[in-house]
Amino acid sequence: MSVNEEFRPKIVAFCCNWCSYAGADLAGSSRLAYPADVKIIRVPCSCRVNPMFILRAFEKGADGVILCGCHPGDCHYSTGNYYARRRMTLLFSMLDFMGVENGRTRVEWVSAAEGVKFSTVMNDFVEKIRSLGENVRLGDLRCKN
Amino acid sequence: MQELKARALELLKNGTVQRVLGWRIGENTYDPEPAFFDSEEAMKDFVYNNFCAANLSKYMIEACKLEGKTLVCLKPCDSYSFNQLLSEHRIDREKAYIIGVGCKGKLSIEKVSQAGVKGILSVTDTDPLQVTTLYGDTTVAYKDAMLSRCHVCKGKDHVVYDELIGESEDTVDADRFAEVAAIEAMSPEEKFAFFQAELSKCIRCNACRNVCPACSCRKCVFDSNKFDSTQKANVDSFEEKMFHIIRAFHVAGRCTDCGECSRVCPQGIPLHLFNRKFIKDINNLYGEYQAGADVEAKGPLTSFTTEDAEPSVVSQGGIR
Repeated sequence: MSVNEEFRPKIVAFCCNWCSYAGADLAGSSRLAYPADVKIIRVPCSCRVNPMFILRAFEKGADGVILCGCHPGDCHYSTGNYYARRRMTLLFSMLDFMGVENGRTRVEWVSAAEGVKFSTVMNDFVEKIRSLGENVRLGDLRCKN
Repeated sequence: MQELKARALELLKNGTVQRVLGWRIGENTYDPEPAFFDSEEAMKDFVYNNFCAANLSKYMIEACKLEGKTLVCLKPCDSYSFNQLLSEHRIDREKAYIIGVGCKGKLSIEKVSQAGVKGILSVTDTDPLQVTTLYGDTTVAYKDAMLSRCHVCKGKDHVVYDELIGESEDTVDADRFAEVAAIEAMSPEEKFAFFQAELSKCIRCNACRNVCPACSCRKCVFDSNKFDSTQKANVDSFEEKMFHIIRAFHVAGRCTDCGECSRVCPQGIPLHLFNRKFIKDINNLYGEYQAGADVEAKGPLTSFTTEDAEPSVVSQGGIR
């Protein structure tokens, strides 16, 4: 990143196939804008996301990671997002405990009908990551490089 | 100790058990090591004293694959690990004959040297400890030589056993979550500096993983799938960096807080802090849960309620 250039964060968004990915699709077909900094990875369900995926994204240079899934109660597989919710709560709390800025991770429930919400959430998240700046802490916790 | 040894020998002789899983005299008086004994001859080296800190429950995974019953000596905290392994179907209750052994708090030779004692030749496990050193004799108070995990002991009741031998003494004199709460109260910069300092000591020896009764996968994510000899080396930088978060997460909700990870760390990293943070969060968010207390209980990460907290609680002031 050169001095004059604006900081463009790298953001990974894990979206569940049944709700949030369709929500993103709706946002697109409705011509709702959200920053191109968001890279979407489609997953079968929010509970497919292993905490390692999130850490791996950070390790590979992501500045923020967001997980989107069906609203609790609306999971295509009935209960997947409930498990994801517990898992992510604990993971985020652990990252916070280790001194990683807690704004870098987020979970949002976006249904297939919520194109507007998808776009708002992504705009808001990118804004948050821009204010936090580049991710240095989670990229290398042991600071060996 | 004599009563335990005699009983173990009796059960071995009358054929109730095929082997005994206990501790053997180490190179010094203060480093007994886990061992299997399958004959009267071998039992000569059997020992149980206040330095026998190792949790033997994990060895039962292998022992259960062998023919016949194994007699296993479990301390109160080890019995939680045994129960947890039972609930995960990693061990077979029918293959184990459990003697619940008494525990008065376990000693650590590191604690003795940290108390300023140098050139240790021999040490007793009495209260106070009588230490013979190159520079003369000295004493160390029992509490000062005790492992830090024993100061926050879960209790001296065995949750699973066939018979009990030996007396226990209460050793709790500190709050189990005090260390975690102290870190939670720090600023993000302070927290990061603290963990950076601690974790950069790590040499990736994998001792914490190997000793952990909850870390019992046949195939571990940290092992190389190519060469056995490189299993201890980091295969890529990702593992190196995130090892500790992942290790702790993999045992979240299953960790009984036995404290073996911190005990075996050659670099003295307080690894139990990660596990205890998860336990604290689980207790706060999903109700009090002690892994291994109840074999039938569902783990907090393999169950849910519709009213669970949203992950956003973390950014809204965190879980306290």
